[in-house]
Amino acid sequence: MTNSLHIVVCAGVVPDPLQTLEPVTGASGPGIKNEMVLPAVLDPWAASALCEAAHLIANNPESKLWLVLLGPKAKLQQVMMTVAQKVKFELVAIDGPIGGFADAHATAAALADAVNSIAGLDRSKFLLFGGWESASRGAGVTLQLVGERLGVTDQFQGVDRIELREDGSFEVLERVEGGKHQVSVCAGAPAVLGWATGNLPEPKNNPQIGMTNMRSIMPALQKAKTAALDGNGPRYVSVCLPKQQRTTRVVKDLAPDAIAQELVEWMGGQ
Amino acid sequence: MESILVLTHADETGSTLTKASLEAVTAGKDLAARRGALLAIGMVAQNSAAAAATLNSSSARLLAVSGEAFAQPRYASDAAACEAVFRAAQATFVLAPESSRFARVMAGVAHRLGGCIDTHVTAISGAENVEATRWFYRQRVEAGLTRAARPWFLLLEPGTHAAFAGQPGEAQVEQVAVELPAPRTTVTGMRAPLANEQTIRPDAKLLFVAGAGWTKKQPDGQVHAKEAGELILGFLNASGASLGSSKSLVDQGSDGQPVLPFLTHLNQVGQTGATPRHAKGLATCCHGEEPHVVGWRFIGERRAISLDPNCGWTRGKADVVYVADAFQVMRRVNELLELKKQLPAPSS
Repeated sequence: MTNSLHIVVCAGVVPDPLQTLEPVTGASGPGIKNEMVLPAVLDPWAASALCEAAHLIANNPESKLWLVLLGPKAKLQQVMMTVAQKVKFELVAIDGPIGGFADAHATAAALADAVNSIAGLDRSKFLLFGGWESASRGAGVTLQLVGERLGVTDQFQGVDRIELREDGSFEVLERVEGGKHQVSVCAGAPAVLGWATGNLPEPKNNPQIGMTNMRSIMPALQKAKTAALDGNGPRYVSVCLPKQQRTTRVVKDLAPDAIAQELVEWMGGQ
Repeated sequence: MESILVLTHADETGSTLTKASLEAVTAGKDLAARRGALLAIGMVAQNSAAAAATLNSSSARLLAVSGEAFAQPRYASDAAACEAVFRAAQATFVLAPESSRFARVMAGVAHRLGGCIDTHVTAISGAENVEATRWFYRQRVEAGLTRAARPWFLLLEPGTHAAFAGQPGEAQVEQVAVELPAPRTTVTGMRAPLANEQTIRPDAKLLFVAGAGWTKKQPDGQVHAKEAGELILGFLNASGASLGSSKSLVDQGSDGQPVLPFLTHLNQVGQTGATPRHAKGLATCCHGEEPHVVGWRFIGERRAISLDPNCGWTRGKADVVYVADAFQVMRRVNELLELKKQLPAPSS
């Protein structure tokens, strides 16, 4: 027996992790220098959520997957070029600011509005997915706030696995302290799942999926509503790079024995 | 008079407050003293009377939500509990530990109470204008921020404050009633590696990071993944260090490449992994690129062993980089640690 699911994945775009980030403060507050021209990727933990969602959809016929994506329209289009080739989904685009300094509360309000606007979303089959933290703001609160706004009070964060059962309930593994997982059983949808890494490898690019997706993605991007994300946000007093730069001693000509001795002394009373 | 609320919770015993909770108490006492505010401490615990014993000398108003329903960390019951405690305390600032239990619920609680929240806070400064410090872009940018909206919820990173240690005794606790929704979620247990296989040790002084180089071809042209695993586990057993890894090594399993079987995504340190706190860190066979090193932000002394003299660690990211073969060095380190164990302990 299978379960029919309606999964909505909320995500944003972030600078490619290999890029150098330099904070700057402009008229509208802090940001990252040249953030609009830095190569962007789908937020990594949200990408895990998308991958896990696609896996569930594939194994549960008559299920549907939406990706609610927030960011500047041009950036969304760029990121879609890659993401659209991975898994099949329907895009709901929100044209909003980029960067980690926007307020999570205002972001959550925009995302919740977008989820509410999805036609045909059945709340009795509804699972809200996303990354448990973004790689930009990294607050780990947005998905919870979206869930609260949508009245979903079964929430799980740091999820690494979900296992659906025949009766519609599911077992979920959440990361907790000390390298452990908390195991819970939820009666079923609706629920919020903030994903950590999950268990699935990144899907390989599939041009056919990309072609199918792009037919709906371009109109979705054109229809993207603008979200200003003003709200009652924080006032930034300082934004800077960490000052700590170490003076590295590079040891090139020491025998393994001597290095080992030095390391054991350094470790001291471990 | 203004009130500051510290929300705390018990550990798995249900009757002892977690260390991170006691750290939040210290932060709350500091903030209350600076602002001349009243301090209230709320507890979510199965047995709050026992949990409150450590707060006897805190000079704070103690509020608690107790009972079997709060033995399990779960969104619906924990959110209702925190909401009820807040309504009893009516605070302008709410401080709480950034534990998995409270990180799961506190944003939802802030929303229900019309407040705002900031998480992963590493410092709280100022008296008139309270300023919170936290990191953005996965520990790559640090910012100080303030808010006008109240109540303002602040989740504090563990390890940023000393744990409150007062004289234990019987404390006066006000019990707060909570109306719970019908439960839909049941916590059925914890899943963890066997004690002798657990490689993540948050209290260890040393973080040992294994990079992808351990499973690459060695000078003899062969891969020695099995030997690498033995050396690493041998070191962890002898030193008591916690094991971290780079993303590339953890990902290799799903790419069909040689793997170290004891590594999981939970060991991953960096951009898409953990940012652990240890006094010292030793990286081996790891390039030290930025997405990994951002996870080392809170590691004190850093050393690395790498065959590449131009690896990322040499660019101001480590204190010492040994350009050497990690197989040879760690084999010898393990021998020395074994010898050290056999020596009689020095008499004091």
